[in-house]
Amino acid sequence: MKTHEQFADDLALYALGELSGAEQRHLEQHIADCAACRRELQMLRGDLGLLALSSSGPQPPARSKQRLMRSIAAEPRNRFQPAQTRQRSLWATLIPAFAALALLLLAAALLLNRSDLQNQLAAVRTQNRDLSDQLDRLNEEVRLLSAPDAVHVSLTPQNAPRHPTGTAIFSPSQKRLMFMASNFLPVPAGKAYELWIIPAAGAPMPAGMFKPDQHGNAMIMGGKLPQGVTAKAFAITMENESGSDKPTSPILLVGTVG
Amino acid sequence: MQPSEIGSTKVDDMRLAARIRVGDQSAMSELYDRYAKVVYAVALRILQNAEAAEDLLQDVFLQLWRNPDSFDASRGSMAAWLAVISRNRAIDRLRQRRPETDIEDCVVACAHDLAEETEQNLIVEKVRQVLAEMNPDYRNLLELAFFQGLTHNDIAEKTGQPLGTVKTRIRAGLQQLRARFAG
Repeated sequence: MKTHEQFADDLALYALGELSGAEQRHLEQHIADCAACRRELQMLRGDLGLLALSSSGPQPPARSKQRLMRSIAAEPRNRFQPAQTRQRSLWATLIPAFAALALLLLAAALLLNRSDLQNQLAAVRTQNRDLSDQLDRLNEEVRLLSAPDAVHVSLTPQNAPRHPTGTAIFSPSQKRLMFMASNFLPVPAGKAYELWIIPAAGAPMPAGMFKPDQHGNAMIMGGKLPQGVTAKAFAITMENESGSDKPTSPILLVGTVG
Repeated sequence: MQPSEIGSTKVDDMRLAARIRVGDQSAMSELYDRYAKVVYAVALRILQNAEAAEDLLQDVFLQLWRNPDSFDASRGSMAAWLAVISRNRAIDRLRQRRPETDIEDCVVACAHDLAEETEQNLIVEKVRQVLAEMNPDYRNLLELAFFQGLTHNDIAEKTGQPLGTVKTRIRAGLQQLRARFAG
């Protein structure tokens, strides 16, 4: 059985119409279950579209359009062909005809509108599917990061003692913050570690509490940077587990921005 | 992408597709004026025969007329879709095989506006420039696979490259085209 990565080269061949038999079947089965590969296939076909557009040449002969329009006229798909009617008086013929015409126009307008709406709906569905795929992927990442049995491995020089480390990731534009801790010692009962934002001006601001798991790891997700605050550094202290508004014990770890 | 961000060309293509669905022949006429040159150029380059290219042009547009639901305007540009369909049909003819891909199965993600001839010419120039700057090995493989319709086995034999290398380079070439085009 091929892995996801092993299908990658086959996607291009599939887009080129190159696969057949079992190879094609296996890839199609994989695509049916793999949103990322479906998307990549569409992108590859877009690439092929660009490649195709590197062709240029003369306009097709004028007769070609006439030929096409004749063929199309010979295959009408008009769904509103009026029925044949018997000879009647002028008004008896015209009034129903006008009514039928009005209905026809109304129906055509509705159908056209419906087709437009169907296209819009298809667009929304596609976006929804893509967003749903992205959300699935993000959820998978979050589940991994927050799984109780997730093992965090910090790579350090060989034989170096293991020190507690923390990594704060934040975005000034998004005002969001997350923090990952490794190799932290357990806290005494009633205590917890507290993360602090040290602003460029003013007092430290609390940014979340955590207790390390049995491996010494912890994570703060969904943290927020207060509006108008420029973070200069981040720090960790040990506080009562209910949290504190200001640090009451020595700083255990500190990291400056930049 | 939000619906309000759908480009005007895409909306135009959507409207044309909607009119074709209800049997509006004038919409086909507009579509032909807009994209016949693209389809004909691809067909001519691959088939190297004006008469065969004209037949293929007829075939592609008639297929769309007969099966208007095959194009989903929300999932790519009409020009790129028609270009890929034309290439696939032309290769089928070169290999004298029946069409391998249903046109409705072909979803082409391409965000470029190509409704006007000037836009099409700009894209042609840009693609050619990107191809000219591409690693010649990759470019050659794309030419053999895409325009000459050689299988990867044929290409491996012809170029003396291992099969796996051919596969990987074809994909890498396409991704390079995408990346440089976006850059």
